[in-house]
Amino acid sequence: MKRMLASVVLGLALGVVGHAEAGQTLDNVKSKGKLVCGVSTGTAGFSMADSKGVFKGIDVDVCRALSAAVFGVPDKVSYVPLQAPQRFTALQSGEVDLLSRNTTWTLQREGALGLVFAPPTFYDGQGFMVAKKLGIKSAKELSGATICVQPGTTTELNLADYFRSNKLTLKSVTIENLDEVENAFFSGRCDAFTADSSALAGTRATKASNPDDFIILPERISKEPLAPAVRQGDDQWFDIVRWTVYALIDAEELGINSGNVDEMLKSADPNVQRLLGVTQGNGKALGLDEKWAYNIIKAVGNYGEIFDRNVGKDSPVKLERGLNNLWNAGGLMYSPPAR
Amino acid sequence: MPAKPASSLWTNPNFRNACWQVLTVAVLGAALGYFIHNSVINLQRQSIATGFSFFQREAGFEIGEALIDYAPADTYARAFMVGLLNTLQVAGIGIVLSTGLGIVLGIARLSSNWLLARLALAYVELIRNIPLLLQLLLLYAVLNTAAPGPRDAWHPLPGVFISNRGLFLPVPAGDPSHVFIAAAFAIGIVAAFGVRFWARKRQERTGQSFPVLAAGAALILGLPLLAWLAAGAPARMSVPELTGFNFAGGLDMPPEFAALLAGLVIYTTAYIGEIVRSGILAVSHGQAEAAAALGLKRGLILRLVVLPQAIRVIVPPMTSQYLNLTKNSTLAVAIGFPDFFSVVNTQINQTGQAIEGMACIIGAYLSVSLTISLLMNIYNARLALKER
Repeated sequence: MKRMLASVVLGLALGVVGHAEAGQTLDNVKSKGKLVCGVSTGTAGFSMADSKGVFKGIDVDVCRALSAAVFGVPDKVSYVPLQAPQRFTALQSGEVDLLSRNTTWTLQREGALGLVFAPPTFYDGQGFMVAKKLGIKSAKELSGATICVQPGTTTELNLADYFRSNKLTLKSVTIENLDEVENAFFSGRCDAFTADSSALAGTRATKASNPDDFIILPERISKEPLAPAVRQGDDQWFDIVRWTVYALIDAEELGINSGNVDEMLKSADPNVQRLLGVTQGNGKALGLDEKWAYNIIKAVGNYGEIFDRNVGKDSPVKLERGLNNLWNAGGLMYSPPAR
Repeated sequence: MPAKPASSLWTNPNFRNACWQVLTVAVLGAALGYFIHNSVINLQRQSIATGFSFFQREAGFEIGEALIDYAPADTYARAFMVGLLNTLQVAGIGIVLSTGLGIVLGIARLSSNWLLARLALAYVELIRNIPLLLQLLLLYAVLNTAAPGPRDAWHPLPGVFISNRGLFLPVPAGDPSHVFIAAAFAIGIVAAFGVRFWARKRQERTGQSFPVLAAGAALILGLPLLAWLAAGAPARMSVPELTGFNFAGGLDMPPEFAALLAGLVIYTTAYIGEIVRSGILAVSHGQAEAAAALGLKRGLILRLVVLPQAIRVIVPPMTSQYLNLTKNSTLAVAIGFPDFFSVVNTQINQTGQAIEGMACIIGAYLSVSLTISLLMNIYNARLALKER
């Protein structure tokens, strides 16, 4: 129903209102006094409400970082939990200012959906989770299996592609609501559950009655660069989102974290001085306060801190950094010079 | 004699009515045109693709249940067709089942058996007052958790398996003679109607009755049986067999379909039962008493006197229940049955073209609903009292 509503709203909005002007989103966010952020309804490590109803995760931290960049404080965010099929409509119609919802960056989504993606905040790959008692060691053994998947995702398309190219047969069960599809898997309706492997690890760690009864198969059948997205046509807003992500990565590379950021203000390194706004200019170029990056790091920390506390060594999910390490440590996280 | 007042076109009530109507249509049309024009411009400005060219593109996603051959390499148009057939299948079977059960329920509500009447009342009140979505989610969860996995499937009868993969039944294996058997079945139905027509004429002429029911049943069942025997009685069955993860062969009914169909039927039956009850109560009590005075038995009174008159009251509200059932089938999306709505939803999300997808949904459900309405209206017109 929500999605129906979103589509109707989109129809009406497109029918009636004028067009988005460059710079409009930032003014809009400032005049509302809050950032409206589309997040997942509950993916462990990415965005999930804790027992007090506070959203936590990498995607949530991106929203918090953006709020810190715009307002100086991280909590001027209103979270809109979105199911996979609603998310693009919500962004297109202007219901949310930023879509930070473990969403894969693809050509069609930029070309045909009118979106534009900021740099990936997590490099993922699609995997399969199965019950250990099936005794399966490889995804190639899944021929004839019934597989649970969320509809309207790249996951759904990759699944069909993988089975097609490996000449395996497949029976899919597609349920829109993430909790419902996980329930279907854990109740035994499906032999396997497929999703991004990080999400699988989160599901296994937080929702299985006994995580050791389930294994994630070794195959990664796709590239899933998960990135925040905004509407096309507002380059200033896109730049702000993009550089918010880069600031997180740059801070880790420069050794700045939430604990030492005040000390680092006195650093002699010109790169640190520029990032933290000691040397003026970057803030003005983006249309933000000169202390934008300082505020981000002070509030949410650098990328490494975000990773460790949400999905890494300090979290129940305990993923390795892998591709998500800095470029100079064997990963793909790389920030252009902030100057 | 006073002069006849000059009648201008403007004082002509017919002309004025027509003017207002033309004006209303023009304003509505202009508003719609403005909306569409503005939408197209805004979609272009936001670089969102428009148009229906995606129909010919490869869909790329798997559909769990398909009545026709479908593979991810097929087009979106084909995927839509799969979804539409799934919707028609569940709505068609649902309408037939809920009509039958609804009639039974309505009669049970009026039964002189206290327990039966109270049970029927409890059923109606319980089912009508719980949201359908909740019932569907509950049924689905129960089917999934209560049934065992395929490797420990229940096996109540030879060849029948019940597991959380669905209900598997043995069916006759594909055989060329099936076409002839189906044809014999159709001929049997036509012949049965012929016999009924002939028997009625004869009864009007001579007063002699003829066992139409038995003869009709014999024709409808006997002819296909003869055809089957003539084809050499092919008895090969396709029996479900556990191969790897799941059963192969036979006929299967997956839990998503079962839960959706059961949910729709259980829910709609409660409403139809009440409609049938009100229809029966609308027939004057004197009719039944008169029939009893003529010596008709209770079953015959119901079948020959009460129901034919009740049906005139029943048909119009029944139409809206059929429409409700069809539209409620869109709740399939919540429990993962790939009906039309759910397939178009996937298309909307994969192509990002929400307006076109919504237009398809509106068009499809409108066509199905109007067709049901049309058929029911024709039936209703045939039943109506002929006033001459």
